[in-house]
Amino acid sequence: MTGGPDNLSAPAWARGAGWGQAFFQGVKRLPSTPVLVVICTFIGFGALARETGLTLGQAAFLNFIMFALPNQVVLVDQIAHGATLATAFFAVLLAGVRLLPLTVSLMPLLNAERASLKWRLPLMAHFIAITVWVESMRRLPQIPSNLRVPYFFGFGLALMAATLLGTVLGYSLSANVPTSLAAVLLFLTPIYFFLSLIIVVQTHMDKAAIILGLILGPIFFFLMPGFDLLLAGLVGGTLAYGGARWAGKRD
Amino acid sequence: MGGQAGLDLGTGIWPYVFLLGIGFLATEPWRYLGVFLARRVDIESEILKWVRAVSTALVAGLVARMLLFPAGALAEVPLLLRLSAFAIGALGFFLFRQTMIIGVALGAGAIFLGQYIQ
Repeated sequence: MTGGPDNLSAPAWARGAGWGQAFFQGVKRLPSTPVLVVICTFIGFGALARETGLTLGQAAFLNFIMFALPNQVVLVDQIAHGATLATAFFAVLLAGVRLLPLTVSLMPLLNAERASLKWRLPLMAHFIAITVWVESMRRLPQIPSNLRVPYFFGFGLALMAATLLGTVLGYSLSANVPTSLAAVLLFLTPIYFFLSLIIVVQTHMDKAAIILGLILGPIFFFLMPGFDLLLAGLVGGTLAYGGARWAGKRD
Repeated sequence: MGGQAGLDLGTGIWPYVFLLGIGFLATEPWRYLGVFLARRVDIESEILKWVRAVSTALVAGLVARMLLFPAGALAEVPLLLRLSAFAIGALGFFLFRQTMIIGVALGAGAIFLGQYIQ
């Protein structure tokens, strides 16, 4: 079970290719429409980080250590509004749960059970985020299993570099462009997140969670600022989950 | 609203220590847990369904918050324009078979041009 037989429909470059070539092929996958959108949203992150009062170094550092945009935005948002380190930590923790199913489903494709890969596992895991996941789930099955890891690292590293560039660009741009354009940069994040949530909707529970979150977020912001994201997530998510179970049992 | 003082991260090396402590330590464990659980857990298990709902609602709450109570330059755009641009982007996204770039571009274009129309 390595995600499909090797070489069945392998791309032409894979024939006799080594690690270097596979890595380079991963890098070459970078220019694409989804990646362009992602870079735009990291420009938005850079702009937001500056508005929050982070330095450029801190913004880039966050981008590097986290490499998961929703978590980064939650953290920056909590720094701007949040009361304590603990609430910030738990808000980021809850937002990050999204990474778990991505990693669980991607690891088998990377032949992660092989002993020789063990030391690389934490490093590989760090690059798992939604864009890398989509690209990997789509391309890796066609790539011979011995070339998947370098391909994955090629794409992941290239995307990391591109997002760092986006962050730096957004940070410096927002200081130098007219307000009307700076507003556009800050608008990119909410619209992108919203559409990303819609695109992965699978069940009524997902839809209910989106709607409840949209409603509860602002309400809790008035009632208990600082805890608003945590509560919107826990209350909205639990209601959506409970409602879906209840509706399922009735059928 | 939302005028409470921001979290003080200190100076020098301290902001980086805090950012690492919150950002990395609250994010990376999910990836490691995913590696550990790969092939050991059913992705459709009830607990994972619940965490997906919580995480989805949290991000949706963030979206509403960023739109209704935005930071910096976006706060100077009237609420009605923010909501209209958001609706235009979402509409374009659905009309063009859920194409992300069309939704984002239409929304961004609307909020940019809208500021000059008023």
